[in-house]
Amino acid sequence: MPEAALRTVVPVPRRELHVGDPVAEARGLTYSAGGKRLVDGVDLRLPADSITVVMGPNGAGKSLLLRLLHGLIPPTAGYVFCRGQPLSPELRKQQAMVFQRPVLLRRSVAANVRFVLRVRGDSSRERIEAILNEVGLLPYAHQPARLLSGGEQQRLALARALALSPSIMFMDEPTASLDPASTAAIETIVRRAYAGGTKIVYVTHDLGQARRLADDVVFLNRGRLLEHTPAGSFFEDPVSREARDYLAGRLILS
Amino acid sequence: MFSSATPAAAESSVLLQSTTSTANSGLYDYILPMFENQTGIKVNVVAVGTGQAIKNAQNGDGDVLLVHAKAAEEKFVAEGYGVERFDVMYNDFIIVGPPQDPAGIRGMEKAPAALARIAREEAKFASRGDNSGTHKKEMALWKAAGTDPTRASGTWYRETGSGMGATLNAAVGMDAYALTDRATWISFRNKGGHEILVDGDRDLFNQYGVILVNPDRYPNVNVEGGQRFIDWILGPEGQAAIAGYTLHGQQLFFPNARSAGEAAGQD
Amino acid sequence: MQDFGEAFGLAFRLVLSADPDLLEIVLLSLRVSLSAVAVACLLGLPLGAAVAIGRFPGRTGVVVLLNALMGLPPVVVGLMIYLLLSNAGPMGWLGLLYTPTAMIIAQSVLITPIVAALSREVVEQLHSEYAEHFRSLSLSRRQAVAALLWDARYSLLTVGLAGFGRAVAEVGAVIIVGGNIDHLTRVMTTAIALETSRGDLGLALALGIILLAIALSVNAAVMMLRVTASRYAYA
Repeated sequence: MPEAALRTVVPVPRRELHVGDPVAEARGLTYSAGGKRLVDGVDLRLPADSITVVMGPNGAGKSLLLRLLHGLIPPTAGYVFCRGQPLSPELRKQQAMVFQRPVLLRRSVAANVRFVLRVRGDSSRERIEAILNEVGLLPYAHQPARLLSGGEQQRLALARALALSPSIMFMDEPTASLDPASTAAIETIVRRAYAGGTKIVYVTHDLGQARRLADDVVFLNRGRLLEHTPAGSFFEDPVSREARDYLAGRLILS
Repeated sequence: MFSSATPAAAESSVLLQSTTSTANSGLYDYILPMFENQTGIKVNVVAVGTGQAIKNAQNGDGDVLLVHAKAAEEKFVAEGYGVERFDVMYNDFIIVGPPQDPAGIRGMEKAPAALARIAREEAKFASRGDNSGTHKKEMALWKAAGTDPTRASGTWYRETGSGMGATLNAAVGMDAYALTDRATWISFRNKGGHEILVDGDRDLFNQYGVILVNPDRYPNVNVEGGQRFIDWILGPEGQAAIAGYTLHGQQLFFPNARSAGEAAGQD
Repeated sequence: MQDFGEAFGLAFRLVLSADPDLLEIVLLSLRVSLSAVAVACLLGLPLGAAVAIGRFPGRTGVVVLLNALMGLPPVVVGLMIYLLLSNAGPMGWLGLLYTPTAMIIAQSVLITPIVAALSREVVEQLHSEYAEHFRSLSLSRRQAVAALLWDARYSLLTVGLAGFGRAVAEVGAVIIVGGNIDHLTRVMTTAIALETSRGDLGLALALGIILLAIALSVNAAVMMLRVTASRYAYA
């Protein structure tokens, strides 16, 4: 939807994205380790109602950027804002993250959801069942979570994240090791979550997936933000040479 | 968690600090039920080494002390830890050793002379080495023999630093001589081939004394129960009970309490 | 060697005849040591978990200390508790000396460091797996400790077992604070010590065999539990 709207609203320059009040913002965000700048002076404003896909070659700093925006690691320099305020523990509680490998507790499927609900929210049986139902895992409610298949485990991880009713959900290549069917299932859930009002920030290597999901694209290379553009214009005609190389499959490593 | 009451604090029980050798002989298993039947008072026995029993009583962790180390007992009373010391019974010590008797002491009448021969032949000897009543008796005998065996400690003279049972185990295991009280020996189940080689000497006489722990020092002492026990064991029934205890047909302890009021000295 | 054969035979006969004295000391051994394990877990598990996830100055020192305290000699612990509970000592007024309670206290002191040190290791390992996720959930320290302890429950069972093994096998602590009083504070290990001092090595060995059998069964039960658990990927 946003893509179409932006298309007709000319004359927005291709490099600019109309953001309005950003739901998340980075200013001069830098992260160094071992003498290297892994995230280098990133200025970023993420729109509240879109699926933002973060792309870039290996080592570009995509995962790090997500973790910085979610407050999992402190920046070496720069600032992170959420809804206009500096990121605080309170604001962080409105966010959720899904990792590439699902980190499930050594309990049943239902118990994994209950754990998260107890931390924040209503942990009644009805709610647990509703959440499991949304991701199609209700039949497995009492099975050991870690015995599920990869796709099912990731669906559970997603269910847990959604159980928090987050306003932003960060996702770090959640379908990287999944088969196409599971990938499709995850994407469906993600789109449904977005339709329900959750901002999605999604890292992926999969160009097809990026095309399917993205409303706007953030492109990183070597820790620097090279462009943040509406998806359509990014895929058809990216601004930076690196992005062009990347889309053509010529830029694998940062 | 606090449902198990202290033996010493409960009205109906008395805590007796005594020695392992006395307890191991089975004497208490025989006479204490009699006392309990008569008075309804249970006597709980903590059986440790003589030194530890005295120390425990000095700490007030008991109501009555019954050991066989007269000098230490008298010091105990003199220092105010005990009310009064009474002779209660005696048994005797014996020298046991391997059947081949390398020092040739079998049948000797005088214990110090036997020890002197053991020292001369440098035959192995297992000592308790723990300052117990038995050990003190042993040292007195060596002194009478005119020898100081501790200079040879680690060679033919082996100090186990342990109780009677452990020392006898060691003696049997090492084919060594040892000084032990007869009661322990008779009830000891690991004699191996060892035999009694020397006994009957008056010097081997082993006196037991009983003392009430001083309630002025430790108000929680069960004075009533403790005194009743002492009165009983010094009285006709207790003394008869002691005499009545036999093991393998042998009487182990010989009651010799004086009636109250007489001096408690005897040798 | 014939002593062993005799001892096995005697052990069998004692167990089959359900000898009441034997039953009494076995039950007391279990009561004392299991209670000590319970106390040690109550204190040691949260402590170990807190150290596992905590980041504070001197943390390495605490870890080293906990590991070192695992090697506390039982007889030293017994002596310290005796001095504490003795009528001549500061806690004498409690009247706990020569009771099973004193024995439980002594064994608890002995095995709490074991439970704390081993659980720290277990929880730390688990925590490295969950750390990012917990941080993402903004879990409080208390919530994280509770989650880790439950998730590590099967490994922690083994930790409890290690504590139980140490407690049920020790004699130095319980003999000093318990006094090895017949029908009151006599447990398997003190009974073995007693029979040895009586020279009744056959009986001592038989009791030892029974003690080993008990320890073996408890271990086997926990092992089966863990095998089942790992089948469910719960361990």
